[in-house]
Amino acid sequence: MSVETTSQVAMTLGDHLPVLQILVPFMAAPLIVLIGARRLAWPIAFAASAVAFLIAIKLLLQVIDGGAISYHLGGWAPPVGIEYRVDAANAFVLLLVSAIGTIVLPYALTSVKSEIPARQHCLFYAMYLLSLSGLLGVVVTGDAFNVFVFLEISSLSTYVLVSMGAKRDKRALTAAYNYLIMGTIGATFFVIGIGFLYAGTGTLNMADIAHYISANGADRTIQTAFAFVVVGIGLKVAVYPLHLWLPNAYTYAPSAVSAFLAATATKVAIYVLMRFMFTVFQPDFLFQTEALKFLLIPLAVLAMFAASLIAVFQNDLKRMLAYSSVAQIGYILLGIGLLSQTGLTAAIIHLFNHGITKAALFMGAGALVYRTGSSFYGPIQGMGQRMPFTSFAIVIAGISLIGIPGTAGFISKWVLVQGALEKGWWPIAMLVVLSSLLAVIYVWRVIETLYFKAPKSDVQVRDVSLTMLVPLWVLALATIWFGIDTELTLSAATRAAQGLFFGFGIGN
Amino acid sequence: MSWDFIFGHLNYWLFTVLMMTGLYIVVARGNLIKKIVGLNIFQTSVFMFYISLGKVTGGTAPIYPVNGEIDPDVIYSNPLPHVLILTAIVVGIATTSLGLALIVRIREEYDTIEEIEILDAEIKLTRAENREHGQSMGGPA
Repeated sequence: MSVETTSQVAMTLGDHLPVLQILVPFMAAPLIVLIGARRLAWPIAFAASAVAFLIAIKLLLQVIDGGAISYHLGGWAPPVGIEYRVDAANAFVLLLVSAIGTIVLPYALTSVKSEIPARQHCLFYAMYLLSLSGLLGVVVTGDAFNVFVFLEISSLSTYVLVSMGAKRDKRALTAAYNYLIMGTIGATFFVIGIGFLYAGTGTLNMADIAHYISANGADRTIQTAFAFVVVGIGLKVAVYPLHLWLPNAYTYAPSAVSAFLAATATKVAIYVLMRFMFTVFQPDFLFQTEALKFLLIPLAVLAMFAASLIAVFQNDLKRMLAYSSVAQIGYILLGIGLLSQTGLTAAIIHLFNHGITKAALFMGAGALVYRTGSSFYGPIQGMGQRMPFTSFAIVIAGISLIGIPGTAGFISKWVLVQGALEKGWWPIAMLVVLSSLLAVIYVWRVIETLYFKAPKSDVQVRDVSLTMLVPLWVLALATIWFGIDTELTLSAATRAAQGLFFGFGIGN
Repeated sequence: MSWDFIFGHLNYWLFTVLMMTGLYIVVARGNLIKKIVGLNIFQTSVFMFYISLGKVTGGTAPIYPVNGEIDPDVIYSNPLPHVLILTAIVVGIATTSLGLALIVRIREEYDTIEEIEILDAEIKLTRAENREHGQSMGGPA
């Protein structure tokens, strides 16, 4: 059942929620720049972000009650008009992105003051809101080319956000430049894929393309489109060989930006990958391209081990977390590569859980940078005594990263192992457990550095202020909460997987 | 692979050649601005691909006549790819301008826009960091 909005019926504000989801932050961004008052920049950004969060909650509740929402942009009916389609998978990712976008802002209030020159603050918050609205737009839209447009909106503002770390370290500029080159190549590959899809099916609406493929199968054009789309989006996802932009971008970006990006940018790209793989090019087509089994799963396993190993040997906390992100994305890709509903559920849960875990860890790392001026293991030695709250939050989030029972990370790895065992692939399950052991090593390095080494004698710091501690602890406690009360995430992820698997129009 | 096939698919051949040229420039040229140029050529090839998709044999420009009366015998080319490419061109412009702005800043910080020299400078920075912080972690293994 979908709620159809026609141009004859008078529409209330509630009917326009899908488009307001992106319009509120999107319009607030130039507002910040036009007003130009630095004191108003953060309040406007926070208000817009909070409204987007509330809209995402409302959309999720609507979808849980009533089924998928179909919104016709401008009243033009699809397939010619652009359609915004919100179902369980969409709404769940919208919730994650808007929640992280809102929670990171109080943290950004303090950290941005020390990391970015004052005259750039208005522009920073404007770019932040643009990036947020771009990411929300990628998730909420049901039109293939619209995905590209919003993907580029979010990517371009992300490049700017990353480059704003130049005050602390000038390598942020080259990191942003490399990210720009690679990200644009990825997005252009994606748009080539969309072009082939349009050439092969005659429509850009994702539901329509799905109907065409289920009716007529996939000819060479559509197979080519699939290849281009997967590679293009894979670069944004940071699939193992295409991840080269990620470590530098996450390391040299401002702390708030790292926290925001680590939790949202790659996750949204993973959502697009799942949407295209399972809903547009359906599972039948995927089972025929057995190549996926021999491509996605080896790359995922490679990411899990290689990136974790590289993370173990890093000297810099932020760079270690960046490589750890590449490894965790490997877990999500493994869940997708299982091509089963349990695997997809595991991927979606890990998408959510890793998002909140990594955001908490990057915020903790940023707090350490804020006080000690560096994120290397040397200067942050012994901060467990001087900055107890920050360090303990890092420990909690680190435990979730490993996947110890009682934390959110355990739930996702549990479902992943379940999915692998369902298919009878117990070697894969073993590999998941083994790579988690590597995570123990690099998390333990952090704990040892913070708690079991003496602080450098000339460093007198105290813990960070509440504006940075509260968001950090909210997310750290969330990792424990979602590890104990799995009702919300598990049910949402199961429904989302069903929605993705059974496509538009059938089921929810 | 008849002549008919080759000339019938000329737009796809040209698209492929341009696309690979652009990608090659991005990879093979060390000057940051030349990389942006390569990216532009790559994106232009995609524009060409889309627009050539929209051409209908015997079709004219998809613009309504001034008096609004549509003659059912007139064949129009598909306007949708044109619209998509307008969007993509704007995205390309934004990307290029952002890339060039970043190059200006990189020039301010590194005094060069050659990739090799920038890499040298960054390797020096990384080595200095490893020396400084490696000692505090106990030095080389």
